[in-house]
Amino acid sequence: MCLTAGVAKADWLQFRGPNAAAVSTEAKIPAEELKIAWTADLPGRGLSAPIVVGERVFVTCSSGPGQETLHVFCFNTADGSKRWERAMRATGRTMSHNKTCVAANTPCSDGDRVFALFSSNDLFAFDLDGNLLWLRGLTFDYPNASNSLGMAQSPVVIDGTLVVQSENDSESFAAGLDVATGQNKWKLERPKAANWSSATLWKGAVALQSSKGILAVEPNTGKTVWNYSDGASTTPSSVVTGEVLYAVSHGITALVPEKDSVTQLWRNEKLNPGTASPLVLGDFIYVVNGAGVLIKASLKNGDEVWKLRLKGPFSGSPVAAGKRIHIVNERGIFQTIDPEAPEGKVAQEIELKESVLTTPAISDGAIYLRSDSKLWKLQ
Amino acid sequence: MKLHFASLFVLIGLSLHAAGDLSKPIEALRGVQKEGQGNEAAGKAWQEIVKADAANLPEVLKGMNGANPLAENWLRAAVGVIADEALKAKKMPVERLVTFLKDTKNSPGARVVAFDLIQRADAKLAEELTPTLLNDVSSDLRRHPVAKLIEAGDSALDKKDKETAIAAFTKGLSGARDEDQIKALTKKLRDLGQAVDLPKHFGFLMSWKLMAPFSNADRAGFETVYPPEKELHFDASYEGKSKKVEWVDFTSKDEYGKIDFNKPFGMEKSAVGYAAADFFSESDRPAEIRIGCKNGWKVWLNGELLFARDEYHRGAKLDQYKLPCQLKKGKNTILVKCCQNEQTEQWTTEWEFQLRMCDATGTAILAAK
Repeated sequence: MCLTAGVAKADWLQFRGPNAAAVSTEAKIPAEELKIAWTADLPGRGLSAPIVVGERVFVTCSSGPGQETLHVFCFNTADGSKRWERAMRATGRTMSHNKTCVAANTPCSDGDRVFALFSSNDLFAFDLDGNLLWLRGLTFDYPNASNSLGMAQSPVVIDGTLVVQSENDSESFAAGLDVATGQNKWKLERPKAANWSSATLWKGAVALQSSKGILAVEPNTGKTVWNYSDGASTTPSSVVTGEVLYAVSHGITALVPEKDSVTQLWRNEKLNPGTASPLVLGDFIYVVNGAGVLIKASLKNGDEVWKLRLKGPFSGSPVAAGKRIHIVNERGIFQTIDPEAPEGKVAQEIELKESVLTTPAISDGAIYLRSDSKLWKLQ
Repeated sequence: MKLHFASLFVLIGLSLHAAGDLSKPIEALRGVQKEGQGNEAAGKAWQEIVKADAANLPEVLKGMNGANPLAENWLRAAVGVIADEALKAKKMPVERLVTFLKDTKNSPGARVVAFDLIQRADAKLAEELTPTLLNDVSSDLRRHPVAKLIEAGDSALDKKDKETAIAAFTKGLSGARDEDQIKALTKKLRDLGQAVDLPKHFGFLMSWKLMAPFSNADRAGFETVYPPEKELHFDASYEGKSKKVEWVDFTSKDEYGKIDFNKPFGMEKSAVGYAAADFFSESDRPAEIRIGCKNGWKVWLNGELLFARDEYHRGAKLDQYKLPCQLKKGKNTILVKCCQNEQTEQWTTEWEFQLRMCDATGTAILAAK
């Protein structure tokens, strides 16, 4: 077993990368003019995003007539060659809406291990070399934990705890698992309502979003740190920067959570994300609405600065590095946006000519994304 | 010379130890249970197993027999690692894998993996084995010969050989257990003027006694025990949601066996309905009740609750839920509770279920009478 020490700077370890904020923290940023460096074939679909740990990029997909085969792949970032692949069998329900699929949740990593969760509620922990460390079948454990439309909540890992959500109309829960054994440290009942939003990390707490609001819990115990109860989206996820959490709640609501209390700074109901989650870059928040319009607004008060119509529709979320925002539409048109242009400007487009329903990852000056049948590196 | 013998002894000992050793790590993997119990021991055992020589693949596969689905995945992952090395070294024990595949006492899941390994090592041999799998106990393995028969039928049609095409499609349908292949074959056969009895092929229960509506206000009816859960008297009437309710006979005309409460009772909302049917089995035997339903539902067999699901309008499909059960010889009574909620959107009007009786392969079990 190879256990590497710590998290390298270039890593993009979860859905929306460092701190689930969708913004690269590296000094090295992607080039102004991006080109396709390589592609790697995948045997099945996925809405899960790739993640990057050092020189390895991980991605999941599902295949087979009932989507019962669950794949976890590890590729070399340098040339897209396959390091390893593991194929497992779903133990939970694999039914989903046709648009989504069983490989919908983005995996995450603590730098030493990779945790791959699927819509069937199957969860696998591998070391970086593909050794299986443990597994769980969360629907095997909790038989009514499923959603016939499919689930997509991406796990997060923090301080030795993997936090998974299986929030649905029936046996709805979130749990904190020991990263070493996969056993429960805690398990919380969650609102009985289908939920596809993912957790946000904020000041050492895990913010769990649902239709009821946002509940922040201690990762090690599941105990409540603070609770915002004015409702939130069940699709796009909130974003955090500095002291403020920008909740996808009644449009965007800027919150300052503190222990046992939450202060509202502002709310703008017109900043209404569609499926894509918002991101914060510099002094501004960016929201892609359901019509595929990118809206730039002030972090201070939520006031709109400009609107830019992009080529939509979008299922994946925008990510950013340096002074550029990157997003891919469902038809596979990768778009780079210059948000500092007076009215915003699309600086580059690349037609991938494949369906893309997910969010890119950024690492070491490259962008990784996955389509229905390929993993792509743009550099 | 003494040293030489000693080394040989150690080597033989190590070799025997290595071969014998797998039973313990395999048992560790088989010991995993719910909520991560056994994961720690399994993780260590897995590391031992993946070091095994390719010759041990059948033994590791055998570990899947009777294992729970979590243990199967541990073993499946180990087989994958050993097989990758075996393929690289061209050491896949193909003959022994064929023997393993042919022995239907081995679990369907393990045999599917064995077939996959054979296919990766010797695609031609896998092709030769394919026709023998048409009536296999694994529905996954049946897919290959059914696909071949579809190809053969299509090819015959291209040559205007209708009789050969019908024979191939008919044979294919006899083995098909997956909905996509059954639908494709049914269309091909009907286009050629052939009759296909889908309710019989699937084993849908078409005739029921229905009673509704009871109240499901605030979705509380799902947990409310209404009279049909206490007694099944088909000449009884009870106080329902807004009036007296009684059992009515209902036979589905839908070839996918949909039992639609809206038909006899109107487009009710916030309502609970019950459906009861007798199923006569020729013997005591294991079976699966498979249900598709987008409403809240519960299913009882001979008074025993098999499963309950309180999800509304997230979608339904054939075999959405598989409920393993035990049929007794003679009469078995199935009771379904089907709950409609309060939603008013156009896509929430359905108040229905489909239910079939089959074996674990998905082969219909038809009622004795």
